Amino acid sequence: MANKVIYAVYEDPEQLKDGARKLVSSGVRVKDVFSPFPVHGLDPIIGVKRTRLGIVSFMFGITGTCLALLGIWYFNIFDWPMNIGGKPSQALYKNLPAFIPVTFEFTVLCAAHGMAITYLIRNKTLPGMPARNPDPRTTDDKFIMEVRTADNHGHSAEAIVGMLCETHVFEINERQC
Amino acid sequence: MHSEAAIREPLILGHKTYADITNDIVGPIENKAPRGWYVLMTLASLVAAYGTGCILYLISKGIGVWGLNKTVDWAWDITNFVWWVGIGHAGTLISAVLLLFRQKWRMAINRSAEAMTIFAVIMAATFPGIHMGRIWMSYWVLPLPNQFGSLWVNFNSPLLWDVFAISTYFSVSLVFWYIGLIPDFATIRDKVSKPMMKKVYGILSFGWTGNAKAWTRFEEVSLVLAGIATPLVFSVHSVVSFDFATSVIPGWHTTIFPPYFVSGAVFSGFAMVQTLLLIMRKVMHLEAYITKKHIEYMNIVIIVTGSIVGVAYITELFISWYSGVEYESYAFINRATGPYWWSYWAMMSCNVISPQLFWFKKLRTNLAFTFFMSIIVNIGMWFERFVIIVTSLHRDYMPSAWTMFHPTWVDVGVFLGTIGIFSTLYLLFARYFPVLALNEVKSILKVSGESYKQQAAQHHHH
Repeated sequence: MANKVIYAVYEDPEQLKDGARKLVSSGVRVKDVFSPFPVHGLDPIIGVKRTRLGIVSFMFGITGTCLALLGIWYFNIFDWPMNIGGKPSQALYKNLPAFIPVTFEFTVLCAAHGMAITYLIRNKTLPGMPARNPDPRTTDDKFIMEVRTADNHGHSAEAIVGMLCETHVFEINERQC
Repeated sequence: MHSEAAIREPLILGHKTYADITNDIVGPIENKAPRGWYVLMTLASLVAAYGTGCILYLISKGIGVWGLNKTVDWAWDITNFVWWVGIGHAGTLISAVLLLFRQKWRMAINRSAEAMTIFAVIMAATFPGIHMGRIWMSYWVLPLPNQFGSLWVNFNSPLLWDVFAISTYFSVSLVFWYIGLIPDFATIRDKVSKPMMKKVYGILSFGWTGNAKAWTRFEEVSLVLAGIATPLVFSVHSVVSFDFATSVIPGWHTTIFPPYFVSGAVFSGFAMVQTLLLIMRKVMHLEAYITKKHIEYMNIVIIVTGSIVGVAYITELFISWYSGVEYESYAFINRATGPYWWSYWAMMSCNVISPQLFWFKKLRTNLAFTFFMSIIVNIGMWFERFVIIVTSLHRDYMPSAWTMFHPTWVDVGVFLGTIGIFSTLYLLFARYFPVLALNEVKSILKVSGESYKQQAAQHHHH
């Protein structure tokens, strides 16, 4: 039997969530959901894990702090200490207050850009990538739930469609794959 | 879905569907621009071209063509720089700080406010660049290995802090803005029918899918970026104020400068947002999304920050007397009664007195009055920087060096030119970019939309 992809189109995020809940409780695995804006509360229903991008940002930020302090120490303390009005320039910690602004800015710079680049790569959203949403209406006003028969050996395509028909579904499309 | 208290005024007026929101924003991009747009664009680009000519003349001749001199060595250039950076504070404040506070009214205005921020920061960065005189050596501000021995930039200097602050602020704001734009570019990509437009918006949308995981990441990135952009916004104008506060010039050498500059920046930034949005909502028929309530909220921010600025002015004045430092008190007496008294009183009346009128609800919900006030505040904030810079410098410790500053036609041309370039960029944005954050506005439609709120209220009655 050829594998099938079923696209259940909804008009409202709440109706889609109810539909997803119903399918998941009957043991159907929902492959993905495409929507024009984030549907809050959907992730736990279809089993999307929390993203670790926040941790990534923190790591990049800490790297930025260290790089900034290392650089400033090398430039202004080690390689070419400047004596300005007799102010201390012989140790990083003595001169630290004056170095805080640049350290802070560089931390933010690395945290923001490091996270943004990771985000774009992980989402596979990069310049020149083709659009990969199954239906152009998902960026406008439709919410689409994707169910694959290959993930659901316990249920036939007809059974899944039957379950979907009991929800507030707007339209159901099937495709071979 | 959580529901919202009925007492809260709706943020989207009339009966809109998700598709209506898409059509209202994508329609103007796809169709021919209205005649008014061409008129404004011609005007703006002529001014921009004249300004660019003035900048090129300045670079080829040197900064002697400006009116500044040995005593007043910072004048319009730094006044304009601080003015533009200040204006560039509203966008990130709206999108970052108001996101952390979960203020839904930000969603209709953050996209255009951020665009304004980015263009304003570009204009701001122009001024220190051309003030260097030899702009081709501007890479000297970076810590690069060089042929002058072990000579590095000085990390003790607030001018260098400024380089890092402004460039970080600009690039982070740009990324924050673009990440929000990607899903909306995808909406345009999927909606338009002209093949050329489909291709261009396809490239701009980076192949956005809008699947569940992508949205989870999107929200996390927005939240974290807002979290780190918030201290960034406050740091940028604090660092700008350090350029003054760490010097020993009377009138500059005060610890109140960072909070005073930051609130002044928010004040002028919101005024500029009002100026631009009031025109845009009218021309592009966005009255249903940018409502009177939005305008009122922004006016409330203006009155709060304007009052903080007023308190700062009066504190400065008081301390100059209370400190007992002759030079400090002379600087302030000279500001109010010296040859530049008119700029001081222009600043006081535009920034401190006139925003107080917004205590009247009738006035702060009146669109024509708000537009008028937004211009007044922009003028007042320009004078604030002029007062701080020129009146403090023109009479220094040595009376033999006292002088006046007279702008030349190049000073005027460069300043007008930046307004022209800024307007050109903003008009291009309004024509080709989604001016509302579509994905965000859609997400609040069923909670804060007028007809949905009415439905919910009726539902409760029965």
